[in-house]
Amino acid sequence: MGHLNANPVLDAAADKTMILNMGPQHPSTHGVLRLLLEIDGEAVVRMMPDIGFLHTGIEKTCEAKFYQQVVPLTDRIDYLCPMVNNLCYVLAVEKLLGMEIPPRAQWMRVMLAELQRISSHLVWLGTHAMDIGAMSVFLYCFREREELLRIYEMVSGQRMMTSYFRIGGLALDPPLGFFEKVKKFLDTFPEKVDEYENLLTGNRIFIDRLKDVAHISAEDGLLIGLSGPSLRASGVDFDIRRDMPYSSYEKFKFKVPVSKDGDVWARYVCRVQELRESREIAKQALEGLPDGPTKADAPKVVLPDREKMKTQMEALIYHFKIVTEGFTVPAGEVYQAIESPRGEMGYYVVSDGTAKPMRVHMRSPSYANLQALPQMCEGRLIADVVAAIGSIDIVLGEIDR
Amino acid sequence: MPLAAPVTDLEQLKDRPVVAALLAWNVNAVEEAKFDRDELSIYIAREFIRDACAHLKAQGLTDFLSDVTCADFYPRQPRFEMAYHLLSMQRKERVRLKVRLEGDDASLESVTPLWPSANFFEREVFDLFGIRFLGHPYLRRIMMPEDWEGHPLRKDYPVEGYR
Repeated sequence: MGHLNANPVLDAAADKTMILNMGPQHPSTHGVLRLLLEIDGEAVVRMMPDIGFLHTGIEKTCEAKFYQQVVPLTDRIDYLCPMVNNLCYVLAVEKLLGMEIPPRAQWMRVMLAELQRISSHLVWLGTHAMDIGAMSVFLYCFREREELLRIYEMVSGQRMMTSYFRIGGLALDPPLGFFEKVKKFLDTFPEKVDEYENLLTGNRIFIDRLKDVAHISAEDGLLIGLSGPSLRASGVDFDIRRDMPYSSYEKFKFKVPVSKDGDVWARYVCRVQELRESREIAKQALEGLPDGPTKADAPKVVLPDREKMKTQMEALIYHFKIVTEGFTVPAGEVYQAIESPRGEMGYYVVSDGTAKPMRVHMRSPSYANLQALPQMCEGRLIADVVAAIGSIDIVLGEIDR
Repeated sequence: MPLAAPVTDLEQLKDRPVVAALLAWNVNAVEEAKFDRDELSIYIAREFIRDACAHLKAQGLTDFLSDVTCADFYPRQPRFEMAYHLLSMQRKERVRLKVRLEGDDASLESVTPLWPSANFFEREVFDLFGIRFLGHPYLRRIMMPEDWEGHPLRKDYPVEGYR
């Protein structure tokens, strides 16, 4: 399974294959991914991914931070969908604390997580099409992504490293004019997806390049740890949002795109349909957004409002205590999994009863999905490797952590 | 929603399919079980972990290995606790199998023959905790450089590293 001697001793008699190094600096590896390819002419005989170039020890750093201070670190794991990472982490800690989140905050989280899914898929679509050779789609996708980044900036003050979800709710209520802007985006977005599809879905060259390339079956996908749209494209009808709902996803109606083919084309089709479904969910969240507070009523965990701090002694004391000492979390362990744009993202958080987590582990979907790459590519042409890498939508920041 | 007290009595958890299947298969394999915060954890004796996973897989009680990881409880002994997060997509249920490991003999059987996806997960645990997986096809460092000394996620390894 995808293991290969990095320094092979070549047998002169059987000296048919050669080792080709691909990466870590290679535009179509979507980050610093290095692949060792054993090739026979143009065909890939074996492949070994070599990772770790971006390892920053986030899991170790988390153990030295207060619970709240970990949130900005989670942004930097999967930098294409930071709020989804925030969401997974805060859900895990809230589960450890046994905390209930007000409906408005839950719906806001769903809405923003779906917008993040759209912007993450847009980056995937643009870069994937560019890898294949369709340059202009990239510009179309980043046009819409720019609008989304402005929306994130509006709500959190940051374009990418948002840290907007906090343990116990949201950082603050969205500003005036935010919902109008989201509505405007959601209203125009379906036309934009039609535009991408006009460029790609009916495009003979694009279809021929993707159909029957890098095939993987449902059984193999399950064994190798594939999840998310990549697995659904092989025919496994499982979506954590629908089947094991979190953050009130059970209140939303949406379809889960599934395909049976299991090739690059099927993964493309599934993701493009997800763009439309995510827009549906975000629209439902926007239209049905309940009123009420966006923070849980837990003064020992959630920072008080600024106004209260100016008038109430207790609020000031709690603020001082939370900022200087953090808050303690009852001992225990949880594994919280959510559906990230790439698949099953899971946070395993162990508490020993102090104000700092004893262990934070991220089960990142890209890390598991990457293992499927050798199986997809072995026996195929080198040129298909690029298409396969694009189709599993990996983010190296998340793989190396 | 205040936290409910964890259920640690094996008798009370017997009617859960995974616990029942493991107890029916081998009573000695199950050390203890815990139901806490809606999550079921089962402590498995070290020598049975691969067989326990194989049994659950053969019984159709799990079809996906979500995650393999570890936590270091240093200076407590046994200091390591391995955690295998198994998912059943059919029953929409997760279960966590746990194995306690002593610090001076941190090794156990690899589950890569059952799920090839464990390959990377176990390499990561080996790299960052120094736990050896017997029968793993390619047990080498994955995150840290090949010539790195020490295992960074152990609690006796300083956060700033050795200088």
